[in-house]
Amino acid sequence: MFEDRGPGRSPVREGAGPGKGPPQAHRPPPRHPRTCAPYPTPYPTPYPTPYPTPYPPPAKDLHAHPHPPLHLSVALDRIAGHGAEPYLRAARLAERGRLDFVTLGDSLGPPRRGVSRLDALAVLARIAPATERIGLVPTVTTTHTEPFHVSSAVSTLDWVSRGRAGWTVDVSADEAAARHFGRRAAAPAAELWREAGEVADVVARLWDSWEDDAEIRDTATGRFIDRDKLHYVDFEGTGFSVRGPAIVPRPPQGHPVTAVDATDPLPRAVAAAHADLAFLRVPRHGDATRALRAARDDLRRRARDAGRGEPLPLVVASLPVALYAAADAVALADLAGAWYADGLVDGLHLRPEDPDRDLALLVDGTVPVLQHRGLLRSFYPGGTLREHLCLPRPANRYARALAGGTA
Amino acid sequence: MTHDHGAHRGRKRIHLAAHFPGVNNTTVWADPRSGSQIDFSSFVHLARTAERGLFDFFFLAEGLRLREHHGRVHDLDVVGRPESLTLLSALAAVTDRLGLAATVNATFNEPYELARRLASLDHLSGGRAAWNVVTSSDAFTGENFRRGGFLDRADRYTRAAESVATARELWDSWPAGAPRPFAHHGRHFDISGTFDVARPPQGHPVIIQAGDSAEGREFAASAADVVFSRHGGLDAGRAFHADVKRRLGAYGRRPEDLKIMPGVTVVLGDTAAEAQEKAAEIRRQQVSPQTALLTLEQVWGRDLSAYDPDGPLPDIDPDPAGDVAHGRVRVADPLAVAARWRALAEAKGLSIRQTVIETSGRQSFIGTPGAVAAEMAEFVAKGAADGFILVPHLTPGGLDDFVDRVVPLLQERGAFRTEYTGTTLREHLGLPAARQPDHVKG
Ligand SMILES: Cc1cc2nc3c(=O)[nH]c(=O)nc-3n(C[C@H](O)[C@H](O)[C@H](O)COP(=O)(O)O)c2cc1C
Repeated sequence: MFEDRGPGRSPVREGAGPGKGPPQAHRPPPRHPRTCAPYPTPYPTPYPTPYPTPYPPPAKDLHAHPHPPLHLSVALDRIAGHGAEPYLRAARLAERGRLDFVTLGDSLGPPRRGVSRLDALAVLARIAPATERIGLVPTVTTTHTEPFHVSSAVSTLDWVSRGRAGWTVDVSADEAAARHFGRRAAAPAAELWREAGEVADVVARLWDSWEDDAEIRDTATGRFIDRDKLHYVDFEGTGFSVRGPAIVPRPPQGHPVTAVDATDPLPRAVAAAHADLAFLRVPRHGDATRALRAARDDLRRRARDAGRGEPLPLVVASLPVALYAAADAVALADLAGAWYADGLVDGLHLRPEDPDRDLALLVDGTVPVLQHRGLLRSFYPGGTLREHLCLPRPANRYARALAGGTA
Repeated sequence: MTHDHGAHRGRKRIHLAAHFPGVNNTTVWADPRSGSQIDFSSFVHLARTAERGLFDFFFLAEGLRLREHHGRVHDLDVVGRPESLTLLSALAAVTDRLGLAATVNATFNEPYELARRLASLDHLSGGRAAWNVVTSSDAFTGENFRRGGFLDRADRYTRAAESVATARELWDSWPAGAPRPFAHHGRHFDISGTFDVARPPQGHPVIIQAGDSAEGREFAASAADVVFSRHGGLDAGRAFHADVKRRLGAYGRRPEDLKIMPGVTVVLGDTAAEAQEKAAEIRRQQVSPQTALLTLEQVWGRDLSAYDPDGPLPDIDPDPAGDVAHGRVRVADPLAVAARWRALAEAKGLSIRQTVIETSGRQSFIGTPGAVAAEMAEFVAKGAADGFILVPHLTPGGLDDFVDRVVPLLQERGAFRTEYTGTTLREHLGLPAARQPDHVKG
């Protein structure tokens, strides 16, 4: 199942998971501070979702599990072609499998292997109106793009998807990308990640720069907005400053979901401070469980050190998959179930070698097994990505400051 | 079937675009029919209406800093917009043929990234992308960006022109199966590398220009496919049209290579009188008492909040150095404007609000659907425009009536298409195919 393994060989036999014997009966994972409402309870939707719930009522056995389900997501990176269709097909398939979200990588460097690559956020915006529930998480790089534009674009993705947007923060460390812009030389990774942290910070401030109820349409006073509910962010970063407020009203989720690949120490610090969700790439060699546990604990420690309260960043193991047969799909379910039951991770991010082949087996093979074991929901109880992830809609920092001031 | 060169040979075809209502007082928000300016469904409604009307394109404006008055965010007009290119990528999913035009500032964006985003939109929409290249730049807007600061007019346009030229070099750098390295060494940009998006379906997405100065017109003549102009009147339109088309020859371009489309407003009624009444009512809605005072303050350059909008104009003179508004065009000669307004108010016995309504400009086309269709066709026949960018005052239903009632009459006259004959925006506009890069010619 890992990229460097042959067809049909189960990873469970090679020590990547606990995987002895048949799939274990479900055990409740350790108590989790971030609890989802029990499934049958309608989720409080801060933003009215326009869709009727088209999915069947919850299965009975899910009543028993008022804890978050396993969060499953998939990368659409290896899809070929420059139109929208293949991405759309894959995203719809993922939606049929009730996955939480899809990701799409991006870079401002040269093409890889001479293959054309489209702007990831644009591709997922194109998919948004043609899907209903699946979360949409493009990579957005912070090195060459203006922080103000990053904030507007991700916010707009959230508006067009009605609350299903996220973004994976990344940097452009390569000289080639720097030459495409000619504005600054390639910088050391430490500097770029420090800046990425500042960008993540200012982007979220810009999202908060409009309070949710800023729009008043008050004919008596002729005012469309209450400008006391719009805020300058006056952010001074190391290499940039932003005045604000945003030009886009606060997006449906308040804050679209911020993700970071926290495998390496530099981005892990950014994830600890700013991310809702951290990917940890599963190492190809050695004891995957141990490596994941160490990285997860380090991430959580750093998050607490950074003054984060609950919920701490979700931990999502990211691994390449190549599914050739039903047995692979079941093996993957075993692995996911084992890691989840151990409380090792909150979810899995799968990076298919061949999306056409792997995604079908994932949705028709792995997903039903996990659903059967009560680890994965069989419908979307909520409408937004935050609801899928059982993350609360964040309060607005400026509204809070104001309330505190008058108290 | 009526094709562009079919039954009505010789008659000029009108091009039409739908402008999503903007963040100024043209857009009426207090009307009970006024919907959300940010919910995606509003964009879907207007775009689908435009496509039902066989329009050439859908247009989004941009402003990179919220407007201010007296150093505070302006609160009387609709405010809050999506980011254009992302929104249009989403609209590509719910439309098939409609062109998708994004206003994007050339000062606060880098050509590599912009070329890439536009090429992506062109791929995702099957060849329907357009870029309205605007140059507005001031220190006020710059405070939201790394670049910051201010470029003077000459620099703004040389940067804009070089941005467009560079974007086209990037689009051309992937002629066939594989990319070729690019290198651009210019005054504003010194960049090189390999572009990562295959040549867009249109070759070059359509370039729109909106700017009025001599520099702006020259830039349009040299590089644009469409001009979004302010000159909606017959005489002003003809003068502008002639001036810009005259400049084309110097760049080896023909008059038909550049379409001039003024932004216009339309009010329809069952009778001429009803249309006039509706037009007056809309102007009244557009100028609330508060907006009237604020408009006056922009001319006077002073705080006039103590004045009664239903009372007479102030007898104090404007402060020519006064600077109350940010993010808008400045009033050129406030003393002269004030003198004119006073004379008008006196002659007609108008209050502040009535004066502002009276001077704020009438809608471009007011009348029955038949009269409006005839007048639009006449404008195009007389060389005042190649088409129109329609600016509705209501979100999102502001063009419903036009599409239902005027478009069929334009079609009957043979002045407007009865079906899309092409799939790309370039084809809708009748523009020549983008020049192929030299290294793949022949
Ligand atoms: C009809 C029209 C529409 C415009 N729309 C925008 C816009 O949406 N965003 C923007 O930043 N500037 C816009 N502009 C401003 C122009 O880009 C330009 O900065 C301005 O007209 C000043 O340039 P000029 O001196 O050549 O006229 C518009 C201008 C015109 C004439």
